[in-house]
Amino acid sequence: MLSELRTMWEVLKHTFTKAETVQYPEEMPYLSPRYRGRIVLTRDPDGEERCVACNLCAAVCPVDCIALQKDTREDGTWYPEFFRINFSRCIMCGMCEEACPTYAIQLTPDFEMCEYDRQNMVYEKEHLLINGVGKYPDYNFYRVSGMKTATKDKGEALNEARPIDTKSLLP
Amino acid sequence: MPMIYVDGQEIEVKKGENILEACLNAGLDLPYFCWHPAMGSIGSCRQCALVQYQNEEDTRGRIVMGCMTPVSEGARFSLKAENATQFREAVVESLMLNHPHDCPVCAEGGECHLQDMTVMVGHRDRRYTGKKNTYRNQYLGPLIHHEMNRCIACYRCERYYRDYAGGKDLGAQASHDHLYFGRHEEGVLESEFSGNLVEVCPTGVFTDKPFLKQYSRKWDLQSAPSICQGCAVGCNIAPGERYGKVKRVHNRYNDEVNGYFLCDRGRFGSGYLNSDLRLDYAGIKNPDGSFFAVHQQQALDTAAGWMTGKKVVAIGSPRASLEANYLLRELVGPKNFAPGFSDHEADLIGGIATILQSTKSINPSIKQIETADAVLILGEDVTNTAPRVALALRQSVRNKAFELAEQMGLPAWQDAAVRNLAQDQRSPMTIVSAMDTRLDDVASTCVSLAPDDIAAFGHAVAAALAGETTDNAEADAAAQMLKAAKNPLIVSGSSMAHQGVINSAAAVADALSQAKTMLSFCVPECNSLGLALMVADGSSSSLKALAKRAVKVDALIVLENDLYRRGDKELIDQLLASGTKVITLDMYENGTLDQSDLVMAAASYAESQGTLVSSEGRAQRFYPVHSPAAERLPSWQWLLRLAKVVEHKKLSKLEHFDQIVAACAKSSPLFAGLVDVAPLNSFRDRGSKIPRQTHRYSGRTAMNSGVSVHEPQQPKDHESPLSYSMEGLNRDQPASLTPFVWAPGWNSNQSLQKFQSEVDGPLKGGSSGVRLISSSQTGAEISSQVNEVTLKPHQWHLVPMEQIHGSDELSAHTDEIAELAGRGFIAIGEKVAEKLAVTEGDGLLVKQGDVQSSLEVRILSRVAKNCIGYSAGYSETRELTAGSLVSLEVDKAWQRSGPEMIASDKAAFQQVIGDGGASNV
Repeated sequence: MLSELRTMWEVLKHTFTKAETVQYPEEMPYLSPRYRGRIVLTRDPDGEERCVACNLCAAVCPVDCIALQKDTREDGTWYPEFFRINFSRCIMCGMCEEACPTYAIQLTPDFEMCEYDRQNMVYEKEHLLINGVGKYPDYNFYRVSGMKTATKDKGEALNEARPIDTKSLLP
Repeated sequence: MPMIYVDGQEIEVKKGENILEACLNAGLDLPYFCWHPAMGSIGSCRQCALVQYQNEEDTRGRIVMGCMTPVSEGARFSLKAENATQFREAVVESLMLNHPHDCPVCAEGGECHLQDMTVMVGHRDRRYTGKKNTYRNQYLGPLIHHEMNRCIACYRCERYYRDYAGGKDLGAQASHDHLYFGRHEEGVLESEFSGNLVEVCPTGVFTDKPFLKQYSRKWDLQSAPSICQGCAVGCNIAPGERYGKVKRVHNRYNDEVNGYFLCDRGRFGSGYLNSDLRLDYAGIKNPDGSFFAVHQQQALDTAAGWMTGKKVVAIGSPRASLEANYLLRELVGPKNFAPGFSDHEADLIGGIATILQSTKSINPSIKQIETADAVLILGEDVTNTAPRVALALRQSVRNKAFELAEQMGLPAWQDAAVRNLAQDQRSPMTIVSAMDTRLDDVASTCVSLAPDDIAAFGHAVAAALAGETTDNAEADAAAQMLKAAKNPLIVSGSSMAHQGVINSAAAVADALSQAKTMLSFCVPECNSLGLALMVADGSSSSLKALAKRAVKVDALIVLENDLYRRGDKELIDQLLASGTKVITLDMYENGTLDQSDLVMAAASYAESQGTLVSSEGRAQRFYPVHSPAAERLPSWQWLLRLAKVVEHKKLSKLEHFDQIVAACAKSSPLFAGLVDVAPLNSFRDRGSKIPRQTHRYSGRTAMNSGVSVHEPQQPKDHESPLSYSMEGLNRDQPASLTPFVWAPGWNSNQSLQKFQSEVDGPLKGGSSGVRLISSSQTGAEISSQVNEVTLKPHQWHLVPMEQIHGSDELSAHTDEIAELAGRGFIAIGEKVAEKLAVTEGDGLLVKQGDVQSSLEVRILSRVAKNCIGYSAGYSETRELTAGSLVSLEVDKAWQRSGPEMIASDKAAFQQVIGDGGASNV
């Protein structure tokens, strides 16, 4: 008896609080930048693709909806030849973003992705790639990696000494 | 068996092993880097530290290195003691000081021993804030990619490359934290076994270059147990596929065959599988010579129309499976079937098969070859004809060292100490060959003789062993060497194309009285011996006999065989002459296929299953890695369907692969063992098939969604106990069904130790393969007749020189292998070169009767009198015949091919010069 009265009181109390429901789509809800919606591939501050095709996002994806193939640029750096996300399978869990070592893959607050045709839910790299850095403005993986690139010689990465001259007798 | 205690747990150990091996055998995870089961311990990485206690009361103990500490009865150790775990973590932390931030763009990532060990010891956060050492990389050829920054200085590469494989051009340079592993200057690695650096290196310094071009992570590869088709040794391999392409080939452990290592032809020679020359559809020839694609059924109906009620003959292939050859032979009848050897080769391989069935000696596995303490090689450059055997022969000369070590009470795994003790002392090896071989550097005696004289030499050795006096001091010495040995080994083979050489090897083996005498023959192709056994009853035909009957024949079926490699053009043209309908099953375009009227697109070894018989007489099964693309079908399925369409009485009753195997096993007493080669299709491990995919195979719902979002069902494999799936368990099943190795916490190939019954022992599922040949021990019946040939002045004997890269038909279609193979060549001694005034790289006209070839000159360091070598199996030398007499003339129109570098060398060299790298390396 007491429990029933208490329940009724709780329900009545909410009659006087402010409604959380918004009149979507006339009124757009606020979604924070870390909201897990549509996935994008970002670029580094120099405007190059951030994705290095390491395959970690694909490996961690619980529904296996990411497929890509690594290719190599002329200077030896890695990039995805193709990068495909099947959004009809994606559950927006954000684990790909967590796994990404280069901040390339990021989830955005856009959730409005309905399609009449399921095939249109398959996004290729050209659909995923944006012209921006997303949530992480500064990071450029190849400035940290020990790999030689077109713009960076061996020993010029972050925290690296000049290459060793193995023929020198100096300590 | 001694008992030891590890963290209070009582462990039974083998006497003489070290505590690291004991721990791994007991299933305990003790991290290590420099130790390798095939190469022993040197204690250089300090990773396998654990605490040893004096006795039960001792609570402090002292830190010892697991790989350097022998076990003793009642010894007490602790893995979990805090100082031991801290020590191991500190070692990894210091190894990681200079390690670059490369994992996402490193081809080792995901199968990296360094990653595994770092996680295992619990090291996570970097404390060191100083700068990282960096190095410049070297160009090491088209096969191996070098990234020196990632090195942890475990020395495994040098120990493998120099000590184990006998390479001379890779080693440690500089000192302290400037240590560098590479060549003295950029260039192609010389060793034929350089590919194993990829698997030996615990991190990403040496990675697989062709794989890097089309890279996929280990967890994304679909693999199946397979057998290398590069030569007749029958190494076990595990090719990995993704997106319909075979991306790489990894070693698959078989303790009795290849162990941990493959040769470069085996590892890198499968690139042809993804070649544009591959056929996708069956085709019927248009009048203008082009082919138009037809459906499978249409091809079968057309073929049946040409066959029903007509005279049909067929040619099999030593590079096709036993099952496909069996079906073809049954389809047309044994009398109308030729095995597809060249007629000369048929005699040689047939002779070898006969000898192996009657010899008094053992036909050794590679593991047994490693135990030989005296080796006589007759006429064979083993490194180029049976590369993996040559690597075993290199180990066999170390038996002297192990013998000395045993006298000193030194365990064999104390690698540095054993090598230090033995210095240059090696077990004796005598090589009798026409010219240089790649094993000359470890041989105690090298004798250069022409093929006929090699045969005479062999018979002289046999005579000396029988107690007769010979006037040949070298043969006497060889006889003494063999007599004094416990496990003498005679190696010969078919590469000299000389029956006498083969016979003389058998004569030597039979003249030896030791119970463990071994006789090993190198044969050319992956199923040469299997096919020789199949036609051993003598009921089958030969190419020449078929060519004679060609006019009367209505249809000819050719199975996976480019006949122009098997006989001179005239003979083959006669065989394929118009009037006969030629039906060819093959996987890529070649001369025979161009002459055919109907072509059926055959699946490659990576798309079909079958049994091969290695030169050891071991029958082994290979399984499809992926289902055939387009309208390809495995040859055995083409033939089975064809038999159905033509309503063949016996074959049309067969449905499945297992039934073919059973029928083939019944066809000859020699093949009785075939049914035990691998488990039947009905085999289930804990209720399910063995998965070809790893449990973390990614992208399943996106791989094909670019074409259609509606996911297709996984292909079904109705013929084998393996599935195209990630469901099931890859653990403890029979060895012939192990598609890849992985264990929790062990992502790299080092997880193999979780699959072995004991360190360096057989797999938990046994050793795969069944040996078909058992010898009657009666002694081989052979003639000791030796041909005498008189040479005119300025005439030379042509001696074939098989090349690891280039001589094999299929692997030569791989870009990297073709690059290494270079142009066809003629090899002459220094004196002849002087006389003709040519140097290496010049051109010579080689005249053999009417045939004239212009070939590049190579200079040999030792060569028998009146002999010259030519690159066998190259398209440029196809017209030349082994053993024929030729004359030489300088080719004035010859264009030298620039600096002595291969194509890729040049590109990389210029690039390095471009950014000023070379001077700093």
